[in-house]
Amino acid sequence: MLDKNYYLILLISSIIGISFWIGFNVNLLPVEASINAPIYDELFKILFIIGLILFFGMSLIVIYSLFKFRKINGQSGDGIALEGNLKLEIIWTVIPSIIVLIVGLYSYNIYDRMGGMKELNNNHEIMHNNSERIWAGISQNSTNESGIGNLNVEASAMQFAFLFNYPNGEFISGELHVPVNEKISIKMESKDVIHAFWVPEFRIKQDIIPGQPTILNFTPTKVGKYPIICAELCGPYHGGMRASIIVEERSDYENWFNQNKKTNT
Amino acid sequence: MTILINSKNQQKESLQPKGFLRYFSFSLDHKVIGIQYLVCGFLFYLVGGSLASAIRIELASPMSDFMPRDVYNQVLTLHGTIMIFLWIVPVVNGAFGNYLIPFYVGARDMAFPRLNAVAFWLIPPSGLMLIASYFVDGAAQAGWTAYPPLSITTPQSGQIIWILSVLLLGGSSIFGGINFIATILKLRRPGLKLMQLPMYCWAMLGTSILVVLSTPVLAGTLILLSFDIVAHTGFFNPVLGGNVVVYQHLFWFYSHPAVYIMVLPAFGLVSEILPIHCRKPLFGYTTMVFSIMGIVVLGLVVWAHHMFTSGTPPWMRLFFTIATAFIAVPTGIKFFNWVATMWGGKISINSAILFSCGFILNFVFGGITGVALAQVPFDIHVHDTYFVVAHFHYIVYGGSVFVIFSSIYHWFPKVTGKLLNEKLGIFHFAITFIGFNLCFAPQHWLGLNGMPRRVAEYDPQFQLINQVSSIGALLMAVSTIPFLINIFISVKNGKKAGDNPWNALTPEWLTSSPPPVENWKGEAPLVKEPYGYGKTIISEK
Repeated sequence: MLDKNYYLILLISSIIGISFWIGFNVNLLPVEASINAPIYDELFKILFIIGLILFFGMSLIVIYSLFKFRKINGQSGDGIALEGNLKLEIIWTVIPSIIVLIVGLYSYNIYDRMGGMKELNNNHEIMHNNSERIWAGISQNSTNESGIGNLNVEASAMQFAFLFNYPNGEFISGELHVPVNEKISIKMESKDVIHAFWVPEFRIKQDIIPGQPTILNFTPTKVGKYPIICAELCGPYHGGMRASIIVEERSDYENWFNQNKKTNT
Repeated sequence: MTILINSKNQQKESLQPKGFLRYFSFSLDHKVIGIQYLVCGFLFYLVGGSLASAIRIELASPMSDFMPRDVYNQVLTLHGTIMIFLWIVPVVNGAFGNYLIPFYVGARDMAFPRLNAVAFWLIPPSGLMLIASYFVDGAAQAGWTAYPPLSITTPQSGQIIWILSVLLLGGSSIFGGINFIATILKLRRPGLKLMQLPMYCWAMLGTSILVVLSTPVLAGTLILLSFDIVAHTGFFNPVLGGNVVVYQHLFWFYSHPAVYIMVLPAFGLVSEILPIHCRKPLFGYTTMVFSIMGIVVLGLVVWAHHMFTSGTPPWMRLFFTIATAFIAVPTGIKFFNWVATMWGGKISINSAILFSCGFILNFVFGGITGVALAQVPFDIHVHDTYFVVAHFHYIVYGGSVFVIFSSIYHWFPKVTGKLLNEKLGIFHFAITFIGFNLCFAPQHWLGLNGMPRRVAEYDPQFQLINQVSSIGALLMAVSTIPFLINIFISVKNGKKAGDNPWNALTPEWLTSSPPPVENWKGEAPLVKEPYGYGKTIISEK
């Protein structure tokens, strides 16, 4: 009996160990390029490890049962007439409930840190009038209260392109240029069908809806060029509906901004 | 009540064609209707599968080069619609429900045989109409979700035919649901209590409640959408002051429960198959019943988790996160109970049990990614990407379709009186399981790294993984060949099965195989313990 328990404990701890090892060493996500990304990856890691433990555990039990309790040729008769076990059933109702509750509270915490629970349209200078209602979006990350600068851009999406309007420079660009480490706020509206604004490296996505402006706030942390991808089926060229977001140093951004400002396209 | 239906049916049956031809007739026999559903659904599965192959061929290269872009969108719309409305929903509900429920409740037929036949005969015309729309002016191309304004602005004839076809299929589904509720609650053999019914009855009762509550909402929504398209009303058209997000709420109010309409009956079928082949009673009957009803209740209040990145305010995102995550609890109970059913049994390793175990592994995997997707911050990154595509294929293919195959292997001897070839069956399982996982597991990575769903072209860095996925799809396509060969050979020359080849205790096995027209020669047996394995057999005549 002691032997059996010993093996069981060994098995469970090795499943947990392997899951943790995989969780910490296998990276399934693209680079982290915004303040939100490391927070997201933290949640991903936790969910990945819990998921692996559950999946390995269930698979092992199923495969073990198939081998251990298989009917050997010529054997007949039934298994034990076990119709239930209240204690066990309570255990596997209560434990998953607790796990789900903890995961839920934890993801609430993550969502809050990503700025999900904050007021959306605070101080958006580009609001056309105060009565305009913002429907949804993601607010600025709450750990970034002290971020310098505050760039507001107005984005419009149409079949099959994004256009970015820089209100301060009064010009429109097909590429989104933003300075690194500054708070960016994009107010988005669609001209025709539903589109979506997704930057995988930032771990954020928001639908762009006709007739209902949405807002997306983020703070890029890494200089580089990342894709902006439309994630909502919008027509035949949906797969080709992409733009680029170019995150650059403040000085580079200002150069670009001034160049375009002059031409006033 | 039963006697009344008896005499009516006997009269009708004498007018029905006999033999093979009855499957093409307006038959009122629930067993004939069940087979009609199954075969018809399988034919549509082959069509939907060919469309899936076309999608995977297109995605084997990053450019849109296999078919025109608008045709690609038509193909993905038809693939989704056919697989959901013409294959999985009709088969797990209509086919197995019609065949088994009257046996399980000890009745000679369903409560409303004529309504039952009408429900089936709505399916072939609406399916053919849907497919034919491709040849008219192009099929619908707004995806199976038909989100406005895209569905309003794409070519109209295809979208209108799509709406009509889905309305007819929804009607068929509602007729079926009413029939199942009436049969389970009102046609039970005297002396048979609700808590003595086989688990599939409970699953079908729960599913039918969902069907009857939520399908009318879809119907109403689609009728409004068709007004927007044809009569230029502005319910969902933002140009005319409509609201596109309202459509999403109404659509998902049906379409999330639709997931449970596809998997709850599958849960029920597995609960029938496992005890018989493991020679053990179903573990935790009462908790199984309560978890089904728990899923039904929770399933109705989680729809907005499909809209986390849409126009939903923060409080709504949170409420639906928690509601959705809690569905994992009753679902988990069922899985633990199945594993406990296997534990300590005497398991015959055959195709039916392998497909059921494959279902458990796939569904656990899909369930875990499902709990992750329920978390708003997680979903915001992967929503509308290949991660979601992979997740729901693990649920509907790895879950429901695996169970359909398991059930075919299990009940084939009942329907035909012949056994399927086990070697071919195990081979079929092996390539389906490998092909399925090869096809869909890598898609999780694609979604996490930036490949959105429903695209005909993608970033070339994803080419290798997409090709791996396409090879998996090829294996899945090939896997239907041994299955079809097995079916055709066994129908003709299969080994005689006898009446009860699995030594089962559930009532459908206590009659001859294939069963006579009114199910039992004499009176229906009273089975109080459908899972009484390991005890002395307790089934009184």
